Amino acid sequence: MPTTPAPGAPRLLLMSQEDNCLIARTTLEAGEALAIDGVTVVLPEAIPLGYKVARSALRPGDKVLRYGAVIGTATAAVARGAMLHTHNLASDYIPTYTLGPDAHAFIGSTH
Amino acid sequence: MNTTMPALTGYLRADGRKGIRNIVAVVYTVECAHHVARLVVNAFPGKEVHLIGFPGCYPNDYADKMMRRLVTHPNVGAALIVSLGCESFNRSGLEEEAAASGRPVHTITIQNNRGTRASVADGVEWVRWALESLAPQQRVPMAPEELVVATICGGSDSTSGITANPAVGVAFDRLVAAGAACIFEETGELVGCEFHMKRRAATPELGDAIVACVDKAARYYTVLGHGSFAPGNADGGLTTQEEKSLGAYAKSGASPISGILKPGDQPEGGGLYLLDVVPDGEVRFGFPNISDNAEIVELIACGAHVTLFTTGRGSVVGSAISPVIKVCANPATYERLSEDMDVNAGRILTGEASLQDVGGEIVDLVARVANGEQSCSEALGHQEFILTYKQFEPSGPGCFPLKAA
Repeated sequence: MPTTPAPGAPRLLLMSQEDNCLIARTTLEAGEALAIDGVTVVLPEAIPLGYKVARSALRPGDKVLRYGAVIGTATAAVARGAMLHTHNLASDYIPTYTLGPDAHAFIGSTH
Repeated sequence: MNTTMPALTGYLRADGRKGIRNIVAVVYTVECAHHVARLVVNAFPGKEVHLIGFPGCYPNDYADKMMRRLVTHPNVGAALIVSLGCESFNRSGLEEEAAASGRPVHTITIQNNRGTRASVADGVEWVRWALESLAPQQRVPMAPEELVVATICGGSDSTSGITANPAVGVAFDRLVAAGAACIFEETGELVGCEFHMKRRAATPELGDAIVACVDKAARYYTVLGHGSFAPGNADGGLTTQEEKSLGAYAKSGASPISGILKPGDQPEGGGLYLLDVVPDGEVRFGFPNISDNAEIVELIACGAHVTLFTTGRGSVVGSAISPVIKVCANPATYERLSEDMDVNAGRILTGEASLQDVGGEIVDLVARVANGEQSCSEALGHQEFILTYKQFEPSGPGCFPLKAA
């Protein structure tokens, strides 16, 4: 049973046209060159399956869209092709609880 | 859309409903009776004898209603109640409700029954008799309109919203079109989706009730300090509550929303229903749902015959009373846990199957499981059950537009 897409299949998924993030369809390696909207981007870091990368450069305060809907706000500048996760994206509703290097940590929300 | 589904069969109950299993429920009415009840169940390995119960010694209307709905669930054929004797739980009310529904029921009160050993022996004897009396019952044809299917997600990751959840949405649309009642839930995981859901409501009053219900969930979780979001969700690539919510929402498909249920309410006919799992009133008794099985049991108390459980990280749970079907979102997880997974929706991500293909597979599997085939968790013996303290007020008038019509 394959766990990765066929060779040549798109490696990033766009869930909705208005989205500014893309989803890794399989685990992507650092240094891999991918086309994002026709522009070649060399991934600065590895992206695990299902994780998000920025479709365009983001500034702090920019809303991030997936499925055509807002999933939170960028808390730092994010380059096109960089990973979007708890280090640079926060909920507009409620903080996200993770098991970080300090055992238990809340990642701050924008509220 | 394909509105047909394979033929179904079930066990006819005195109230006219049909069950897809013929279970003897063994019910403890306080933690102090749990061990005796468990020893009774353990005497019947591989038989349809399931353990359920409420641990608290102090009364709770929600737990009382839940237990009444569970012992009269169409999948239950008979019930043995095991009580310590001095707890608050209304065991005689529970016995009367089961008896009034036409089910064989019996209560053993440990304090009046010579203790542990004698109570276990008497319980085993009664369950053996109940199994023998249920055994001759034959399945009869069951219409899709008599079927109630629930969905839940657990151990979600970023693939859940791309594969398994929208595939269940496709299956839900087909089941609703065939006449079944379908229930989705977890308003705390629908934060951010409320205005989209409002547009799908059957009436404007129901739309307003949906928004109010999600607002209540957001307030509740804010007081508790964090949302319905576990560390594994973030490890799986989900970043925020609203991202998890949007993925979870895809399970509901695209049918109009016909009503809001609270735990134990029964759907008023076919259609798509939202289960409001967040308690009413001031925040008390802790988290609304301390783990996935707390939600599964509420879906079952609403009459669900079978629950579609989507997972990305890889939950393995099943449930007492109603079978759980696992739909695995992530192809790498499926590879690791295939024995626990009924459906590999990860094939959508790898390009081997379409959403429509997997949605159709799920509908077919629902019919096979309804007709007696065991789901993976069922075959592995999973019968998880949890029931805690909660409080609810009766649903408002806008919540059942079909009933009002």
